[in-house]
Amino acid sequence: MFYRETGQFKTTYQADMAVFPIRQDRIGLAFILLVAFAVIPFVGSDFFISSVMIPFLVFSLAAIGLNILTGYTGLISLGTAAFMGVGAYSCYKLTTFFPGINIIVLILASGLVSAAIGVLFGLPSLRIKGFYLAVATLAAQFFLQWCFVRVPWLFNYNASGAIEVPQRLVFGVPVTGALATPETRYFVCLALVVVLTWFASNLVHGRIGRSWMAVRDMDIAAELMGIRLLNTKLLAFAVSSFYCGVAGAMMIFLWYGGGEAADVFSIRLSFNILFMVIIGGLGSLLGSFFGAAFLASLPTIMKFGLPAIGVPLSGATAEHVTFMLVGALIILFLIVEPHGLARLWQIGKQKLRTWPFPY
Amino acid sequence: MGTLYAIFVDPFMQMGSAPDLLVQTLWEGLVAGVLYALIALGFVLIFKASGVFNFAQGIMVVFAALTLVGLYEKGVPAWIAVFLTLGVMFLLAVTIERVVLRPLVNQPDIILFMATFGITYFLIGFGESLFGGNPKQMIAGELGLPRGAVEVKMLGGFVAFQKIDIAAAVIASAMIAGLAVFFQYTRIGRALRAVADSHKAALSVGISLNQIWVIVWFAAGIVALVTGIMWGARSDVSFALEIVALKALPVLILGGFTSVPGAIVGGLLIGVGEKLGEFYWGPLIGGGIESWLAYFIALAFLLFRPQGLFGDKIIERI
Amino acid sequence: MRAPDAVAAGDTLLAVDNVSLRFGGVKAISDVSFDIRKGEIRAIIGPNGAGKTSMLNCINGFYHPQEGRITFKGETRRRMRPYVAASQGIARTFQNVALFKGMSTLDNIMAGRTLKMNRGFFWQLLRYGPAMAEEIAHRKVVEEIIDFLQIEHIRKVPVGKLPYGLQKRVELARALAMEPELLLLDEPMAGMNLEEKEDMCRFILDVNQQYGTTIALIEHDMGVVMDLSDRVVVLEYGRKIADGTPDEVKRDPRVIDAYLGVAH
Repeated sequence: MFYRETGQFKTTYQADMAVFPIRQDRIGLAFILLVAFAVIPFVGSDFFISSVMIPFLVFSLAAIGLNILTGYTGLISLGTAAFMGVGAYSCYKLTTFFPGINIIVLILASGLVSAAIGVLFGLPSLRIKGFYLAVATLAAQFFLQWCFVRVPWLFNYNASGAIEVPQRLVFGVPVTGALATPETRYFVCLALVVVLTWFASNLVHGRIGRSWMAVRDMDIAAELMGIRLLNTKLLAFAVSSFYCGVAGAMMIFLWYGGGEAADVFSIRLSFNILFMVIIGGLGSLLGSFFGAAFLASLPTIMKFGLPAIGVPLSGATAEHVTFMLVGALIILFLIVEPHGLARLWQIGKQKLRTWPFPY
Repeated sequence: MGTLYAIFVDPFMQMGSAPDLLVQTLWEGLVAGVLYALIALGFVLIFKASGVFNFAQGIMVVFAALTLVGLYEKGVPAWIAVFLTLGVMFLLAVTIERVVLRPLVNQPDIILFMATFGITYFLIGFGESLFGGNPKQMIAGELGLPRGAVEVKMLGGFVAFQKIDIAAAVIASAMIAGLAVFFQYTRIGRALRAVADSHKAALSVGISLNQIWVIVWFAAGIVALVTGIMWGARSDVSFALEIVALKALPVLILGGFTSVPGAIVGGLLIGVGEKLGEFYWGPLIGGGIESWLAYFIALAFLLFRPQGLFGDKIIERI
Repeated sequence: MRAPDAVAAGDTLLAVDNVSLRFGGVKAISDVSFDIRKGEIRAIIGPNGAGKTSMLNCINGFYHPQEGRITFKGETRRRMRPYVAASQGIARTFQNVALFKGMSTLDNIMAGRTLKMNRGFFWQLLRYGPAMAEEIAHRKVVEEIIDFLQIEHIRKVPVGKLPYGLQKRVELARALAMEPELLLLDEPMAGMNLEEKEDMCRFILDVNQQYGTTIALIEHDMGVVMDLSDRVVVLEYGRKIADGTPDEVKRDPRVIDAYLGVAH
């Protein structure tokens, strides 16, 4: 009734090709951004911002990265966490080498390092496909994780093997390090995520996104139409690893604030991000956010939410139940809606569009 | 120059100067290889019959072993516990067929692959909440498995062969032979190969998919239990096995996804390659390379022979 | 000296000389030669397994024949990457529809324009200014093709949901979006009912006449082949057994043998 495009005629192709062609959607997006930028930082508690919102943003970005590779280009990756790790460690090295440069620039630059490594491990994708490629990405996962432990240069020869996040100021405000407030870190994360999501959306709606999806849906036909498979796949690897790398750098510098990082970027994290993409919806940017919100909040809900409403649950049990729940939900989603939460959202919108008279 | 020497010459000099160590390393590799091959075998069984790339095979191994030990700890005699565990694996096969496979029939392979991730996570949570997350001791002695080692004097030194490893190799060979006969010469085996080729075609000639699936998942469950016992007897039973089980993937790449002999040869190759690499080349770059070497061996191999050792060359059609 | 790009109507656009293709021990094509002239509709017919589709695969670089040469627009090549074939102006449709199933009709056809779009990565990131202008320009071309093939109503429908006949039409649209000089159609009418076949025939003729596109066509429906094509080449077991106008081919005893069998 209220959500309806009646009367919104598109007179130019530009309007028709907009990412959000319907006015209500644009209003909704503006509202969400307004809340994210102007309400949450002032209303949310420190716990909410640093344990719910920042993880959500970091995971969303990583999920977008994986979605570009797996959802849009159809290349399964089980090495997401390793590429995030590359981002985190290269950000650490970069802050050591260039102490004077703006930390946000360095975070983005570490994404580029991760992109380069991603391309390297993407090279086999020309000759191998499907499950076989999954194994190639496992090679990346285990090899890079081994490097994080065994190459002391990466963690500046610290005896503990941990990353020590230095304090860095942006416009005189501490953004990383012990003095950075959750609100500042949240703002930086949010800004990065919003801009990078906008870029990703532009990419997938244009020529490059179409090439990716063409390779995903029918690679032979794409090749015979003049889409160069290797270039297209490598570009997907590069962009995907860039996003994962930035997410990894954000994870250590803006969320964890340092620590033993090698264990963080384990294969479990790779799986978790893959699940976010599956549950959220393969081939949907919006789905990446849904998936991240869902899976990032689930452990918190199990650990803090349930006891709060009177369900007694020990920490260990909560963890086990979370595992079972995630497993069951994945199966449930694949059965009910293989396209994930994003498709459910679309169906919901379609219903709303015709409500209350579906004829 | 020194580096090249260290990589290309020195390891072989070491092999030549201490052949007993080389034999020991090869044996260790073969033993690890048998276990990889067993896990890979579980994958192959399911992949052949249902086209599902069963990521959960590794966790099924852990689950079977934990159930066995858990039952024994509850006071069930060892051999009865084995049969009860087989019953549990059967129930698991039926449940998976009912809850996961049947609703997902005719979905793309990738969806089924992802569904097995779901099974994996569910079993991790389920197993941990039933049996706890701590490592357990396998009841190898109670099951009549031999202990100790045979020391053989050869090549100017002693090589130790663990009896349990010899037993593992024998049992694995027997089981593989049994499975081969079953799938090659029985009616169910033929139906199973038909299902592997095409679900729809098999259905149309009256083969019950559901029944076949239960059978192969149960067969994979039996393989998982045997693997779990053998593995558990060597180290202990814990969820760390789940990561080790991932090594079955490079094995499958070497051997091809549908070939039982491939799984075995691939398993042995990976096992031996890994141990040799770790022992002779590992120290050069800091050790611990076992965690990724298998994947690189498989990857290098893939680039030259994408169809695997025993696969046919794939002609792409359009 | 490089041959001029423009080939006048009636001249040879593509020449296949003594091409042989083997898969292991199996000979899919043995020693086949024929040519395709600019502006004609050239049919390739033959019983199942005669090597027709393999021939098309050789022409657009997907298979590499072990022997023989293929000359397109005066340029001869032994091995060619599909990308090069596509960029030189060879487009095709497929026997089993090979659309991008997860994409809308519009995106499928737009994907056919990929080779003609050249705004780089950084403009694509912004999707603004030149990148958007390019997108709109190509959208206009695509809309013309959509008009031409009368598929306006399914513009935004994911092609996986379309009925078979329409999918074939979208596939033709996608090939046309490449503005090819040579269009290879692999059984464009397979599995269609009479009405859809008639529509498709009309579209093929229109493409040939309006855009002057040269067409190589594989088809099993003899009525269609004889009506549409200017010249026909007949393959059997990977060999060429006849070549000529539809009337000549129809009377050729070897063709009659191949299709009706021989009394021994």
